[in-house]
Amino acid sequence: MEIRKDSAFWHLAWLIPLLILCMLISLSVGASSLSVVDSLRIMLAKIPFLRKVVDISDIRTAYITIVWQVRLPRIIMSALVGGGLAMVGASFQGLFRNPLADPHILGVSSGAAAGATIAMLSGITLSIGGLSAVGIFAFIGALVTVFSVYRIACVGNKVAVTNILLTGTAISSMLSAVISLLMSLNHDDIEKVYMWTLGSFSAATWKKILFLVIAIVAGGIILLVFAKELDLIATGEETAASLGVDTAVVKRSIIIAASLLVAACVSVSGIIGFVGLVIPHCIRFFCGPKHSRLLPLCMVGGAIFMVICDTISRTLIAPSEIPVGVVTALFGAPYFIVLLQRNKRKAGY
Amino acid sequence: MENRIFVQDLTWKPSEQKKPVLDHIKACIEQGGFYGILGPNGSGKTSFLRHLLCYLPIEEGSICLEEKELSAYSRKELALQFSHVPQNTNVDASFSVYDIIMMGRSPYQKRFGGITKEDKEKVENAMKLMHCENLKDKAITTLSGGEAQRVIAARAIAQDTPYLFLDEPISHLDIRYQIELMEALKVLNEEQKTTIIAVLHDINMAAKYCKQILLMKDGKVFAAGKTEEVLTVENLEAVYEIPFFESVHPFTNTPYFIPQ
Repeated sequence: MEIRKDSAFWHLAWLIPLLILCMLISLSVGASSLSVVDSLRIMLAKIPFLRKVVDISDIRTAYITIVWQVRLPRIIMSALVGGGLAMVGASFQGLFRNPLADPHILGVSSGAAAGATIAMLSGITLSIGGLSAVGIFAFIGALVTVFSVYRIACVGNKVAVTNILLTGTAISSMLSAVISLLMSLNHDDIEKVYMWTLGSFSAATWKKILFLVIAIVAGGIILLVFAKELDLIATGEETAASLGVDTAVVKRSIIIAASLLVAACVSVSGIIGFVGLVIPHCIRFFCGPKHSRLLPLCMVGGAIFMVICDTISRTLIAPSEIPVGVVTALFGAPYFIVLLQRNKRKAGY
Repeated sequence: MENRIFVQDLTWKPSEQKKPVLDHIKACIEQGGFYGILGPNGSGKTSFLRHLLCYLPIEEGSICLEEKELSAYSRKELALQFSHVPQNTNVDASFSVYDIIMMGRSPYQKRFGGITKEDKEKVENAMKLMHCENLKDKAITTLSGGEAQRVIAARAIAQDTPYLFLDEPISHLDIRYQIELMEALKVLNEEQKTTIIAVLHDINMAAKYCKQILLMKDGKVFAAGKTEEVLTVENLEAVYEIPFFESVHPFTNTPYFIPQ
């Protein structure tokens, strides 16, 4: 295959090393700081063949534990969530032909938040596959909500875009009201619920990562399979139909895949806004709207952005943490506005 | 009589409306024809086209392509038969003109297959025919309405189907490009035997280029047949409800209608 200069490979060739660099830097900073070289050595020492070559006996075992059990899971989880949300954002913007669409637009996150709130307030304790009760309830809440939104917006077997967006928004508002009501009735837990809705990666574990990887790989593959159809649908639904796309099937598949992906992200990390809205636009500025390029680049771009944001969130006012959802908007918004100013004429989806 | 579209009693009444938008439409579109669909606003032209293109499910009556119900075809199969230039050619996604025209080839492409040499040739050819080679690398979002219309027409031409449907294809074009688009359609019709079905508002363009006319009024086919038989002062006055005067086009000797 001919590799064109504007192909995804060309951009991935610098974005992936950048992601790895960001992750290594993130590994090194924190309450007990290491050099980047040391964190690289700790990583390499885990690789079977290199174990003998790389000697890490001079690094304190406490540091090795911090890197392996605390920081690395957290960094990988933030990268996965960032990438997943950005990819879903890009798909939704194309699918709904709406530059304001984001992963939460179908009510996934308010559904997740409602589920999580119920779990927190009821004090249920159970755990499946590394997920706590809060995570499980959030996951179920998210899926139930999207499914209801989809069913309500369905007329016959067709879903009109404005219908589903408005239904999603209405159900989201309703669920937010329910959460507020629950919170006002349970004053003691307000902070817990509120902090959850702002998002955090502090509870990252390898088990959660496994769950997340499964959801992201499965959802991501489905989204990528429909990259061409997404291109056509982005130019108009009837146009796509006249070019041979079965729009009803494609729409349903993308909504299902994307919702699973977002539900998994939200259930492990809470609601993190802005990434899914803005990263796709940033990526489009330099690679155009083709989804076969856009989706993989969003995955990496979203990961980089989230790793940086989470690093800021846990180090800026250490030992306290700033909720990562705050960081994404606080630091991402000005950057995006600058980009938007520079590319005024190219904005679109 | 195999290659044709046969419409039998097509009726469509949206639930919220009292009067049917399409009322027992009977029509036969023979392959190789150059059809003009004319009629006042709201006479059902676009709705008819949208049924022909299977955008709307057929509720009453039937449309057959080559003796087979349209609903029996998959989207992909239909995309190899029909191409469409919609009324609204506005695209908000910032694809390049070349990419947009290349989308016309997507019914021929495998999911993960690349672009073939044939795809490239068809696209180049379509661009030449619609005079949009110079727009090739521009984003579709930056084009004027007329330029976008030409690009969308080029995409339909690149799709290379036996039937080409156009919904008011010349409405945004200046007079030169109107003529050029109609000439290009004529070339396609004559050389590649593409069947052209165009909704038009310009009676004189229709008189000059179309071989057959479908005149619609109030969701019904008012008159259908050869252009010279359908486009008469009586028919036009009955359909548009204004007086017409018939003259002769000084260049082409075709009938020329002047409204009062």
